[in-house]
Amino acid sequence: MERVAIIGAAQTKYERNKPDTFAEMIYEVVSKALEDAGITIKEVDNVVSVSSDFWDGRTISSMAISDASGAFGKDITTVEGDGTFGALYGMMRILSGSFGCTVVCAHHKGTESNMRGITNTAFDPLVERRLGLDSINSAALQARRYMSKWGVWEEQFARVSVKNHGNAMRNPLAMLPMEITVDDVMASRKLADPLKLLDCSPVTDGAAALILAAERNAKKWTTNKKRVWMKGVGHCSDAFRLGDRDLADTRALKQAAKKAYAMAGISDPLKEIDVAEICDAFSYMELMWLEGLGFCDDGMGAEFVERGHADFDGALPVNPSGGRLSAHPVQVAGLAAMAECVLQVRGEAGERQVDGVETALAHGINGMCGQAHCVWILGK
Amino acid sequence: MGIETAGAAAVPRRSQRRFKQVREVIDALRHGTRRNTRRLAAKREVKQLSDWKDQVEVMVHHGKISVPYSWTVGSTLSKWYVLMRDKGEIWANRCPSCGKVYVPPKIKCNDCYKDMNDWVKLPGTGILESYTVVHYSEPVIQPQEPPIIYGLVKMDGADTAMVHLMGEVEPEQLMVGMRVEAVMSEEREANIFDIRYFRPSAGGEA
Amino acid sequence: MGKRVGIIGVGQTHHAAKRLDASGVELIAEAVTRALDDAQLTIKDIDAVVIGNMDHFENINYVDMWAADGLGSCMKPVFKVTTGGTTGTTVGACGYYHAASGLFDVVMAVGWEKNSESDTQAAISTCANPTLERDSFAGAIGPLATEYSMYMKAYGATEEDAARVAARDRNNACNNPFAHIRQHVTVEEVLASPMLSYPIKFLDMCPRSDGACAVIFAVEEKAKRLCPRPAWVHCSVVRHDYTHFGDLEWTWMPTLERATAEAYRLAGIHDPLKELDVCELYLPASTCGVKWMDSCWFCEKGGAPELIRKGTFEMDGELPINPSGGVISCNPIGATALIRVGEAAWQIMGRAGDRQVEGAKKAMATGFGGCSWSDVFILGADLP
Repeated sequence: MERVAIIGAAQTKYERNKPDTFAEMIYEVVSKALEDAGITIKEVDNVVSVSSDFWDGRTISSMAISDASGAFGKDITTVEGDGTFGALYGMMRILSGSFGCTVVCAHHKGTESNMRGITNTAFDPLVERRLGLDSINSAALQARRYMSKWGVWEEQFARVSVKNHGNAMRNPLAMLPMEITVDDVMASRKLADPLKLLDCSPVTDGAAALILAAERNAKKWTTNKKRVWMKGVGHCSDAFRLGDRDLADTRALKQAAKKAYAMAGISDPLKEIDVAEICDAFSYMELMWLEGLGFCDDGMGAEFVERGHADFDGALPVNPSGGRLSAHPVQVAGLAAMAECVLQVRGEAGERQVDGVETALAHGINGMCGQAHCVWILGK
Repeated sequence: MGIETAGAAAVPRRSQRRFKQVREVIDALRHGTRRNTRRLAAKREVKQLSDWKDQVEVMVHHGKISVPYSWTVGSTLSKWYVLMRDKGEIWANRCPSCGKVYVPPKIKCNDCYKDMNDWVKLPGTGILESYTVVHYSEPVIQPQEPPIIYGLVKMDGADTAMVHLMGEVEPEQLMVGMRVEAVMSEEREANIFDIRYFRPSAGGEA
Repeated sequence: MGKRVGIIGVGQTHHAAKRLDASGVELIAEAVTRALDDAQLTIKDIDAVVIGNMDHFENINYVDMWAADGLGSCMKPVFKVTTGGTTGTTVGACGYYHAASGLFDVVMAVGWEKNSESDTQAAISTCANPTLERDSFAGAIGPLATEYSMYMKAYGATEEDAARVAARDRNNACNNPFAHIRQHVTVEEVLASPMLSYPIKFLDMCPRSDGACAVIFAVEEKAKRLCPRPAWVHCSVVRHDYTHFGDLEWTWMPTLERATAEAYRLAGIHDPLKELDVCELYLPASTCGVKWMDSCWFCEKGGAPELIRKGTFEMDGELPINPSGGVISCNPIGATALIRVGEAAWQIMGRAGDRQVEGAKKAMATGFGGCSWSDVFILGADLP
């Protein structure tokens, strides 16, 4: 199978109430990503945009950015969901032999919309929607279920928040760099028991773009150092209704990870993966996903983090960018995670660079309480 | 008939021109030093763009998408809601293949993708698997003023759990694993609020 | 290089103005079950699922997650793509690329719509730029009417030409058991039907339907094993260039012209009128069935009326278009474009029943979406 490389990556600064329009943000990241790759829009033959009609308040939301993404006269399509899925479609289109170079871009302006109202519409209008469920209170149900299944404490969730906000201090693009303590998290405003304000990711505006290229093009256009190979990918979706799944179980993630690891030839993820950007939309999620990704046994995520394994200088630095807890532009999140991994593999991550990264893992989720997952292995 | 000349010729001239302009602006951003007057002009334009951007009064337009919706309930959930409305009973359905019992009922089994034609009546009691107390207010979606307590209830006789409101309970009394029972509404309209809420039941912790 | 891919199964619901008997998820299940039956597979044989819709049409966010029960997608890879009116062809293309990439062997693409549940025109209006055009833009009929009146002025086409297309598609639908509207009409009846927006009359325009469609794609090895006569995908092309409405060309369809030109190039077609055996075109109004024929390269610009008057695109003509009755007979929007692909595939597979074009070996299906999206599929009986 031909390989596909990421040859360019760019992100905006993540902010609240960004003054830029969708098109301005996308123009910024696509231009920067092209510059990063050292190619022009001429070399690009197709565009995959990632956006959501609900969040954008616009049917066919990709129309707002198709010109800004450089799609004029090109094959363009739109993925709705996490950015990791957009990147997957970009890769598929190249592997199909139809295209040689794909722009994948995602935008999100959470501050322009009503997050709770919008995530409420992800629930079945015939059953749960009228109860007033949204992303926060459903996550709270998952967090409590996870706590009671494995005997995990709220302070252990807080530890994740402390770590990731602290990591964000080294990331100039992050929105919430903060030196905080477990006590600060515990004392923050209660939103939905057991989740407090600092357990939850912020509403954020921002955009990100990746340039993907077929092996033949990647080798022609870029130096070895610039190329980051898409070595493995897997995605999988669990049942829809919260009660149809065991909310404390991560079987869909395990399935997705299994596929990605098999494709990348990884048998011992903790040993072979050097850094991970994992979806921490809520603090407890990082613990659950660490287990699902096979970095530790089920129920051991909290201990893994408490022992410092996930710290910036730990055995597996997790979310050195500050993670979603420090900036969470929803559709962009997974693409941002991939862009961070690209920088880490290249050794261009500045102050947040982890030493000696050969292989990185990026992860994104779709739907409520991590119904669907997409796992990427990127490497030299 | 001009298929042979498709490709470039197929792009109308006006579009080609516009495409070129877009490209030039992007090129100019990247190769600003090239001695191409048109490119430099484009670059100057971009530069100026950011100059006046600093002083512009940025407007925000507010809008609301108001589209009326209705949702067909479908045979399976209609049956469930009508049984609830007319008899005050909670039913579930069972996969003919693996025997898994679902509540709320489903059109197909998650695992077997089989039609679900077996219906079973549930006693309306169960165990609280998880709960949350919501403190924030979001009138657009919330059915009542906060604090609102949600419970994830695994009902006796069912293999799946369902989310609903909790009532007649103080937040500090809540406990994972406690026995709960459904309280039906007096006035029932064949929707999810025909179950008023779940409340703690005799028997305490399971 | 990627894998060659064939369509091995198609399923669609019996479409109607209002399917009160089935929820959205139940409609999806109906189409999925029929596609599996058509391909003689079970849900376990499906490696990945692609679905799409327009969020504001049914007010369902994350439809890929919500539809799990109908899709049978629990613990499978699921993917959502969406591009408005072309969503059907977009999910089709995504299903095709899933398989062609070599990552998945058997992939199911699903489109669906419950138009009866919302105000479609109000939802469509939200596709316009909210700070510039939304307040002045209203629905889909106006722009289509405008472009045809300009075409009439430029090339001498008539309202009667459009009425001929309407009568053709509507009469063809009588041979299609799945079509929403199956009713014989004459050209005179179309001309006499109430005016919606000059020159488009009631019988020129598409309805709003409830329905769903599923198409199963498989890689070459599997397709050959599972299906006696797969419809091989020769190419899938998309073009779209909207920024503001004023930027659009109105007397022809530049995106369709470019998309078909690229598709013909990829499929090695030099004279589409002769080489194609049948077309399933996304014609939202009969007027498009006149004007857009130019943009499909069936004739020189302005040549369409003459071809239509000659009966070129009738069932017994040189290139039958829309044997299924097309979009003006049946329009569950999120599924509409995928139905075009499915119907074209059935023509190649020889499974189109009373609407079969005998010996069809090469077929084209298109998708059209609000604000100038044009998608093209070319399918063939022979391997690409």
